[in-house]
Amino acid sequence: MLRPLLARLGSLSAVLVGVSMVTYGFVFLTPGDPAYTILREQRQSPPSESEVAAFRAEHGLDEPFLVQYSAWLTDALRGDLGMSYYQSEPVTSLVLAHLPNTLELALAATVVSLLLAVPTGVISAVHRDTWIDRTSQLVALLGVSMPNFWLGYLLILVVSLWLGLTPVGGAGTLAHLVLPAITLGTGMAAIVTRLVRASMLEVLEEAYVDTARSKGVRERLVVYKHALRNALIPVVTIVGLQFGFIINGAVVVEGVFQRPGLGTLLVDAVFARDYPIVQGVVLVTAVAFVLTNQLVDLAYVALDPRVDRGDRS
Amino acid sequence: MAALRPSTLVERGRTLLASRPLGRTNAAVRLGGAIAGVLVVFALVGPSVSPYDPTAQLLEARLEGPSLAHPLGTDALGRDIATRLAYGARVSLALAVAATLVRLVIGTTVGLLAATGGRLVDTVLMRLVDVQLAFPGLVLALVIAGVLGPSLRNVVIALSLVGWASYARVVRGSVLSIRERPFVRSAKLHGTPWHRLVRRHLLPHLVSPVLVLATLNVGTVVLAVAGLSYLGLGAQPPTPEWGTMIANGRNYLRAAPWIVTAPGVAIMLTVISFNLLGDGLRDALDPDHLEDRQRRRT
Repeated sequence: MLRPLLARLGSLSAVLVGVSMVTYGFVFLTPGDPAYTILREQRQSPPSESEVAAFRAEHGLDEPFLVQYSAWLTDALRGDLGMSYYQSEPVTSLVLAHLPNTLELALAATVVSLLLAVPTGVISAVHRDTWIDRTSQLVALLGVSMPNFWLGYLLILVVSLWLGLTPVGGAGTLAHLVLPAITLGTGMAAIVTRLVRASMLEVLEEAYVDTARSKGVRERLVVYKHALRNALIPVVTIVGLQFGFIINGAVVVEGVFQRPGLGTLLVDAVFARDYPIVQGVVLVTAVAFVLTNQLVDLAYVALDPRVDRGDRS
Repeated sequence: MAALRPSTLVERGRTLLASRPLGRTNAAVRLGGAIAGVLVVFALVGPSVSPYDPTAQLLEARLEGPSLAHPLGTDALGRDIATRLAYGARVSLALAVAATLVRLVIGTTVGLLAATGGRLVDTVLMRLVDVQLAFPGLVLALVIAGVLGPSLRNVVIALSLVGWASYARVVRGSVLSIRERPFVRSAKLHGTPWHRLVRRHLLPHLVSPVLVLATLNVGTVVLAVAGLSYLGLGAQPPTPEWGTMIANGRNYLRAAPWIVTAPGVAIMLTVISFNLLGDGLRDALDPDHLEDRQRRRT
């Protein structure tokens, strides 16, 4: 029990070190000299030699990579992600200020996706290979194939502009949250529907389901009590894994609905070349993503005793 | 060793015939293929058939609804949307195929090296794969493309650097699963050099899983290209590109909803067609996947 756990911790820390290096290393992909490029784009005119040197010295960009990186990492481990180049505010407080809106959206989108996906997946599986099944699979296919920003604009057009039911953009109230949550939740729902269906089909062929039937348990009870519970185990894990999907989606969807969140913070910082913010947001999301995946793995072992407890790499 | 290959082909043919709802699989593949075919024809022929220039501005014809002269209407600068859609199809399809190919080559190489290069190589490369998969894909692509500077070329570079890891995993897994099979072992015992072992004995077994993954991947890449362009990192105006067209139409939602609608439908159809093709190909080509499903069912 201990050895696989240690091995897992070992590879986890290796991955986290790699993640932080890649995150910090982005700056060096900048064409030409980062300090020069940043200053030129900031003022729309070429900066002087001495200005570039001053900027470098101020932000530690004149040190060798490893020195810069380890200084940044030590600070980051203490919760200090540096200062934004342009907004005179620490990156940590910017991230913390934008986090609640993104979390709220993530949670709401997950709820929307489960509300759509679980019933659809179950009904699909129960009526396997009938027109009901085929229609719901077709709808799921449409769901994964739609660009989420496009769906967002269609919803704004119909619900906000034509029907006047919700505000066009912004954040704060439940009314602001509905459309972004549906936009983001639909794509997720499509994936979860497929999973619920597959998982349900598998469970419905298990022996204990037949046993329940042979005891004369009503079919409805067999499906919704005996089968569904076990069919939802893998769904719990995929919902965890959808974290990456949500962050990817937030980058675009928050912009569509003009919601201030981690996604809009990142996109604005990328265009402004405000690298400390970019590095901060990327580090926070990647670390959260890695840890979520690990927790999901552990949750899976806890929920399903049949899963091998050894290292499954 | 060549004598072994026909038998695997026969095996594959048998699974192909045995793949269950044959009619339905074929219908899905046919539908996907038909949509993809229409799109390719649209991209190839559309621009030369259209009487309009995709970038010329005709301000007296701005924001016109669909009509005989402009079947999909015009945008805020009076440009014909159908024409821009056709040119955009070239951009989207070419970029998606290019990024997918680069991903495929990098991923397959890494996967092969990891599976055949000994323990240390394997550990190092697979950690690299873990690191890549640790980032939410679009976030990483957004940052790389943003740092490199907005352009279509940089979007392809960003999307190539982001998506290769799943190929590496699939290829490594497939090679590991056949590494101990008699034909590979005996080839090794005969002292077959590495490149020959890979080309003659391993690559043929990788074609199916990699092809399936790549087909499904094209759809994802089309969505990512559109998303990055929508954000302003990909195609720069006045280049007609689907994501950019949606971005251009967002300020005219109420006055001219067709500007946003048409490119969205085009993206959706493209992604659907590659998803259908990929799913169908998997059912037909990938015996491992089928076996896996059957095993789980019993």
